This record gives sequence, C-alpha cells and structure tokens, in this order.
Amino acid sequence: MPQVIVTEKLTKRFGNFIAADELTFQVEKGEIFGFLGANGAGKTTAMRMLCGLLKPSSGKATIAGFDVYTQTERIKKKIGYMSQKFSLYDDLTVSENIRFYAGIYGMDNGQIRKKTLELLEELQLQKEAKTLVRDLPLGWKQKLAFSVSIVHDPDIVFLDEPTGGVDPVTRRQFWDLIYHATEKGVTIFVTTHYMDEAEYCNRVSIMVDGVIAALDSPSNLKQQYAGATMEDVFYELARNAKRKGD
Amino acid sequence: MALKDISFSVERNELFGLIGPDGAGKTTLFRILTTLLLADEGSASVNDFDVVKDYQRIRSCVGYMPGKFSLYQDLTIEENLNFFATVFGTTIKENYDLIKDIYQQIEPFKDRRAGQLSGGMKQKLGLCCALIHRPDVLFLDEPTTGVDVVSRREFWEMLKRLKGQGITILVSTPYMDEANLCDRIALMQKGEILSIDTPAKIIQSDPNRLYAIKSSNIFRLLKDARSYPGIASCFAFGDAIHATFKDRSDTGMMDYLHSRGHMDARLEAITPGIEDCFIHLLKN
Repeated sequence: MPQVIVTEKLTKRFGNFIAADELTFQVEKGEIFGFLGANGAGKTTAMRMLCGLLKPSSGKATIAGFDVYTQTERIKKKIGYMSQKFSLYDDLTVSENIRFYAGIYGMDNGQIRKKTLELLEELQLQKEAKTLVRDLPLGWKQKLAFSVSIVHDPDIVFLDEPTGGVDPVTRRQFWDLIYHATEKGVTIFVTTHYMDEAEYCNRVSIMVDGVIAALDSPSNLKQQYAGATMEDVFYELARNAKRKGD
Repeated sequence: MALKDISFSVERNELFGLIGPDGAGKTTLFRILTTLLLADEGSASVNDFDVVKDYQRIRSCVGYMPGKFSLYQDLTIEENLNFFATVFGTTIKENYDLIKDIYQQIEPFKDRRAGQLSGGMKQKLGLCCALIHRPDVLFLDEPTTGVDVVSRREFWEMLKRLKGQGITILVSTPYMDEANLCDRIALMQKGEILSIDTPAKIIQSDPNRLYAIKSSNIFRLLKDARSYPGIASCFAFGDAIHATFKDRSDTGMMDYLHSRGHMDARLEAITPGIEDCFIHLLKN
C-alpha cells in the first residue's frame, strides 16, 4: 500500500515548550487512522503541521508526496478538512455551500453541477438544495460538511472531532459515510473523544505529552494494554499525563 | 419549538443528568430554571421558589456554569473568583472549604488571565465561580463536552464529592456513558423528554432483546447484518454490532452470516446500555 502521510521526527517547539516531539509514523492510502490524545497532548499542533498550516521546527513530513516545508500550497489541494466547529456557511443554502467549496478548489461549472447532483443524491438532500444551512438539523449539517470536505476528491481528509454533540444514530450514520469514502480510496485522519469510534479505525495513535505513546490496531492495543475497551487503553496511557489543558 | 411540555422533578441532593445531543433543549431548560429565560407556558420552581415571581431569590441560591465559557477573559483567576464572591456578598475565604479540592489545582496560576487558560483549567475555574456562594442547586451545562476520557473521569469524581457536601446537581451531557454516574436521568431529544428514571430502570424497561455480534470486519458485518430479512435494528457499537430482531425468537442470523463468509462471527445476548435505550427510544 502506498503511504500518504510519512513523518520522521516531526517536531514543533514554541519557545521552550515542545508541543509535538519527534513524531514518526506513516498512514497508508485508504486507511482510517484515529489520532487520539489527551487535551493538551499536541494533537492540534500536529494536525496543523500535517495540513501545511504550521511550519515544523524540525523533522520531516510528506503529505500525499508533498513536503510540509516547501509545498504547502500543493498539500492544501490534496487534502480536505472538516471540524465540528466550523465548516459550512450558515447563511448560504446547501447547494451554494457545495458550489462555494468546489469553486475554491478550482472545479469548473460543469464539474460543480455534476458533483452537486451527486452529493445531493448521496445525502438524500435533493429537496433541501435551496434550504439555508442554518435551518438544517445538526446531524444533516455534519454529513453535508463531510461531503463538502471531500468534494474535490482529496487523497486525505482530516476530520477534527466530526461527531461532537451529535445524536447516537446520526453519529453512526456519519461513520457509514466515512466507510463509504474509504471504499473510494480516500484516506481518513480522524480525532474523536468517543472511544467507541476509536474501534472503527484501522489503526489508532494515542498522543500523551507531545509524543506518540502508542500506535497500533485497536485489537492489538487492547491486548498490549490489557484493556477490554479502547477507553481502558486510553485511560491507562493518559492518566499520568503531565500536560493537561486544551 | 425548543422545549415541549417538560414536566419533571429533582430531589434534594440528587445528581440528576440531562442526556441528549445538541438541539435536545438542555440549555434552554437550564436557562429557564436559572431565571435567564422566560418560558412561554407552564411553570417551574427551584428550591421552592417560582422562576418568574421569585427570580431574585433563585439567583442567590443556584450556581450556573454555562456550556460556553463566560467568565471575564481579561481578569485573572483570582480576580474572577473574587468578583463572583463579591457579587454574591461573600468572600473566597468564607466558602474556601467547598472549592478547596478544585481550586488548589489552578491556584498556582491564580495571577494568569482567564483568557489564557487551557480548557481544563477554564472548566475548573468556572466550577469554582459557580460554587463560591455555596449554592443549594448547581446547574452544569455540558461541562465535559470536548474533554478527554481522563479529565472527564476526574470531573465526575469532583461532582460526586460535591454531592457528598449536600449540593443538588443538574448536569447535562451528550455522552451517553456518563448517564450511569447519575442518580436519575432524563433522556432528551428535540425538546422532549423520551424517558426519565434511574439508569438501571431505564435499561430494565427496554423491551428489546439485544444481541452483540462480533467478527473481524465490523463494517462488512454491519452491511451484511442489515440485509438479513429478520433484522429490526442494527448499529455499530465499538468492536461489535448491536442487533435486535423482528421476531424475538429468531435464530437464523448466524447461518446467514456464515453463508456470507463471516466464518468467525460470534453472537451473544447482552444487556443494553443507556446508548442502546436512547437509540431504541429515538426509533419509536
């Protein structure tokens, strides 16, 4: 399997504070990679470096084959990003949001029209095409936000707590969408505080105090840390964390 | 409509949970009970005081920690706490024993501005400020949202200790697993209470016979299980799927899965959790 994320001793310092400390890992194409960690462990810093938004202090990383130091603009075209906090414009309609994002990624009118129809059908939102996003239920918004984040067929999509605050049924429907996307070859890089969702990942890394404390498949991690669930594994690794915060 | 015909009561010194996703109406309910919002219809009282007529008396006997951090960002930890103590006509010293456990964790940073604190520290400061006037009833709106597993467990330990000091606590959360830490819970969705009882009784009253099915490929398993004609509901739950059947005595699932290549599939009857109950209630 080709590797779409490769990092070697990737490090970010802020003054004397080492937010991310020599991160070395690879993510394979089509994989669902869970990126977990305690609050303050350095997840956000690491993700910002991988997305080409923050220059590392040292170490190496390539995303979809492009270098995080010198090719950040090319990285941005190859990745999608969705966070729980902000993804869609509330005062634009469903199809206007799709059009806006597709436009940003340089798709032409013909492509946009085709993609809009495809997306609306897949999400069964045909009747809501002209509805303002603010009037959609949260669960639909999240599903639309995900679809919009992969509208330009990126190699990798970064999902930052995509299911926070969503009801249990919608949360699971969201994971159906994720799986559907991986069948098309998209690589998923996802953070979550729901430990049952960690089980849905092919592999999971757990960051503690700026370093990757563990990285393996959920079943291997449970075996290694003698936990019945991923929550037990997480607790075992993170309970003695020195850094606590956000 | 944010809230529809909500009727419930909370006993003194109870740890009561409002469990539901965003949009369930938890915050609206808290804002009505803390006298920050007027209801269109119906009545409510807190500590025997009416939320409309006696709003001033309610304000002095409840503590409220909103979901959105709402302390003064440009005041320090100590200044924020002093401010809230003064507003309620008390001092930090007078009620120090109540907040001591929590405050000591942030005291080394007491000269730091609230705007510069980490999420976990903000949460602890918020709780201290909500407690500084020794309220009878404490309202905590989603205190653990976006917080990691370790900090969430610590926070619930703090709540247990506060309950031990005689405080009545209403706490809202979108995390179904936290329901088991409450004395009683209300499961909420779209402005309505779906069910209200102790977690154990809510689980007992779930009429479904629930099964967990495991195999090496959960998502292929899920797809195939959904196509089984006798399936009633089927959802991923961590490393298993949880299923109910239209006919309670249905026994055909395993043969069906084997015929679809899930040679390692295992099925066992299980007791539902609160999240299962919530899903079943949503479907009805």
